[in-house]
Amino acid sequence: MTQVSMTVNGKPVSADAEGRTLLVDFLRNQLRLTGTHVGCDTSQCGACVVHVNGQAVKACTMFAAEAEGAEVRTIEGMANDDGSLGVIQQAFQDHHGLQCGFCTPGMVMSAAALLRDNPKPSEAEIREYLEGNICRCTGYHNIIKSILAASGQEVAIAAE
Amino acid sequence: MSVGKPLPHDAAALHVTGAARYVDDIPTPADTLHLAFGLSSVARGSIREMDLAKVRSHPGVVAVLTAKDLPHANDVSPSVHDEPLLSDGAIHYKGQPIFCVAATSHLAARHAARRGQIDYDQIAPILTIDQALDADSRFEKGPLIWTKGDVEPAISAAPHQLSGSIEMGGQEHFYLEGQAALALPQEGGDMVVHASTQHPTEIQHKVAEALGVPMHAVRVETRRMGGGFGGKESQGNALAVATAIVAAQTGRPCKMRYDRDDDMIITGKRHDFRISYTVGFDDTGRITGVDFTQYARCGWAQDLSLPVADRAMLHADNAYDLPTCRITSHRLKTNTQSATAFRGFGGPQGMLGIERVMDDIARKLGKDPLDVRRVNYYAAMETKAEPGRGKRFGGTYSPKPAQTSNLTPYGMAVEDFILHEMTDALASSADYSARKAAIAQWNAENPVLKRGIALTPVKFGISFTLSHLNQAGALVHVYQDGSIHLNHGGTEMGQGLFQKVAQVAAARFGVSPETVKITATDTGKVPNTSATAASSGSDLNGMAVANACDTIRDRIASCVAEVQDVAAQDVLFDNGEVIAGNARLSFADAAMLAYTHRVSLSATGFYKTPDLAWDRIKGTGRPFFYFAQGAAVTEVVIDTLTGENRILRTDILHDAGASLNPALDIGQIEGGYVQGAGWLTTEELVWDDEGTLRTHAPSTYKIPACSDRPDVFNVSLWDAPNPAQTIYRSKAVGEPPFMLGMSAFFALADAASACGPHDPALMAPATAEAVLAAVTRAKG
Repeated sequence: MTQVSMTVNGKPVSADAEGRTLLVDFLRNQLRLTGTHVGCDTSQCGACVVHVNGQAVKACTMFAAEAEGAEVRTIEGMANDDGSLGVIQQAFQDHHGLQCGFCTPGMVMSAAALLRDNPKPSEAEIREYLEGNICRCTGYHNIIKSILAASGQEVAIAAE
Repeated sequence: MSVGKPLPHDAAALHVTGAARYVDDIPTPADTLHLAFGLSSVARGSIREMDLAKVRSHPGVVAVLTAKDLPHANDVSPSVHDEPLLSDGAIHYKGQPIFCVAATSHLAARHAARRGQIDYDQIAPILTIDQALDADSRFEKGPLIWTKGDVEPAISAAPHQLSGSIEMGGQEHFYLEGQAALALPQEGGDMVVHASTQHPTEIQHKVAEALGVPMHAVRVETRRMGGGFGGKESQGNALAVATAIVAAQTGRPCKMRYDRDDDMIITGKRHDFRISYTVGFDDTGRITGVDFTQYARCGWAQDLSLPVADRAMLHADNAYDLPTCRITSHRLKTNTQSATAFRGFGGPQGMLGIERVMDDIARKLGKDPLDVRRVNYYAAMETKAEPGRGKRFGGTYSPKPAQTSNLTPYGMAVEDFILHEMTDALASSADYSARKAAIAQWNAENPVLKRGIALTPVKFGISFTLSHLNQAGALVHVYQDGSIHLNHGGTEMGQGLFQKVAQVAAARFGVSPETVKITATDTGKVPNTSATAASSGSDLNGMAVANACDTIRDRIASCVAEVQDVAAQDVLFDNGEVIAGNARLSFADAAMLAYTHRVSLSATGFYKTPDLAWDRIKGTGRPFFYFAQGAAVTEVVIDTLTGENRILRTDILHDAGASLNPALDIGQIEGGYVQGAGWLTTEELVWDDEGTLRTHAPSTYKIPACSDRPDVFNVSLWDAPNPAQTIYRSKAVGEPPFMLGMSAFFALADAASACGPHDPALMAPATAEAVLAAVTRAKG
């Protein structure tokens, strides 16, 4: 066991973990931040995407110890300071960008990373960026719509 | 009114903040154990010797169980007790659970489970349809055969005949949340289980059997699943039973979640099928008779294979009136994962058979496949204009016509067929004819890339074919502050059932949906539930909830009426108010008034689907309450040098009746289409000659990704009330859109057909490899 320290969602945290503990397990088991999901265990589905020092990372693809001293942001840290939903979160709700919700935290984290680097992405750019996030429910249509809306680009509202 | 509004998913705010809890997210007591199965490494044979010393000595291991450590039933089958939780010595497939490890961490259990030393006496496995036929390895004594009329003379007397065969692969569910269960031992031998399941009552039943206790000693709770798609109808039994047994034996909470590879290796998938056919038809393409033989690869245990294969037979007609027909169904037993429920439940396979027939006829006659499809459609429903009420038809609203035709192969009259109008509307909105011509022109000018287009219909029967399952219960409480607690037997797997049913409850009380608290499915609240399956969730539970709400509403109305001295039937519930004569009370005040007048504000509700009668052996009767319908046009492009392909545009028109929530229903349609197209294109399951599933992770098994979505994707609802008396005249929408994905498959076949004069005989899934093979065949 080694002690691992990092800043998660703005708060300094420290916990004991085996050297082989994955960041996703550290977040979920040690810190009880269970919004970061394990979907495939093999860095392919994207349900565990978090931000480490501002970069979108699949949390099952790095050790907790590798994030020593890092600034980590998870889905639990995406709401506004007053607790209201962030713009991307609100867009996923308003545009039905989710069904079972299991992929949603990873989608929101990937979308946030995309929009930071590319505030007005085209639909094609969104699709390409989300290659590493899979969703089995929605067919992706409303996820793309949500991200377009979150970027301030006009989209037709579903079913109205 | 809350019904019909496009409200977001009830848990959307929880999902986007990461606060929605799945089984693996539930806080567990400190001494919780974690389970993993040790799996067989051969496909068929028996265990000669098993040495688990290294498993037991692995750090963190607390207990190791084999079949002899199970005190009661060693069975997790949902049907015929042929599915041991842990091998009884016989090995039926590669990946079968043999022993169970309980350890102090998930990782420790998984590591230990890999350390078993097992020697086998192996037998050559039966893996393929042909091997199973050769060995006469099957469920039920022989094939099930249904007939309508005298098919052979009808075929031979027709101006044209043709025969063919189509292979179609299975499909992994790939619910994003893998199977998971958490068992919490209670006092007196009771057990509480949190399970990611579509069928809490089945989990309760199997856990009770395994613990040797009555069902009342087991309570199962399911708040949500991270996707189900049929894969959590029976496949979660093993985890729930294992955790409950170890929890009972150790007195400690137990949790189990399959990691993705284990999940894909252990659990059942969609049945792969071969369907061969001989058909007779006239110069217009009108079928005179068709003879289908369906071969279903069921895997090692019966599970739900009989009703799945039945539903494939029940959809062998899809949207077409077959004057004569024979359907022969072989349910083959193989040494592979036990194939199970998957969205459509055999329907997609049955439909793909007849749709291939339509394509073949069109090719032989040189016609547009859409023309052949339409000439074979069932007759349009009988409409009867009622002033001011639009069209009414079928059911209780019009006299039953004398039926000489328009009967399904199983003898059910098709009284609600609306695909003529839907096809007209879709062909027009999607500009089908002009695009078909433009594509032909484009293909003539482009030697390497070829485009294709197809319009395919779906007519899907709604009801469980095991008729007694068509029942549901609900429990509703109104508290003295006017807040409402809603519970029913349906489970939430992302489809939006909870929100749709809450909208029904809110409408019955005339309150806003926020007044209604949606609560986890719980066998202690509503007993003897059916699986949330067969697309029936909102039909059944919506009605049961409406009945419960109406009971309470009528009691409140009587109380308020008495106080206000008006007739009870004149009390209105609307817009958060209860209106009685000149008095207007808030709903909360009315609830308080009823409470202080000692009126019960809690009620159960129950519903059973009417008018069902079905004999599955004879294949006759009325298995379905109504049909849900839809149609899709897909345009694709293929690269004839590589077989690579893209969906360019999809237009869908789908019938959800009078939708309870159009946003959620459109979500089901979009997701269903993409999943259906995935089944028929990129999703390929591969077993090697030893029976090893080679595609057991997303690295090798490709579900559609974000870039696979059509570039243009237009989805509309056919907005007309269900003629059958369903909840607010809505229609089931879970499964039917899945089969809209067939249009992608037949568009690919159309593109391959543009490469040459021969039959491309495209097989499913139409991977790039399969498309390239089809192009080669077409060129001849």
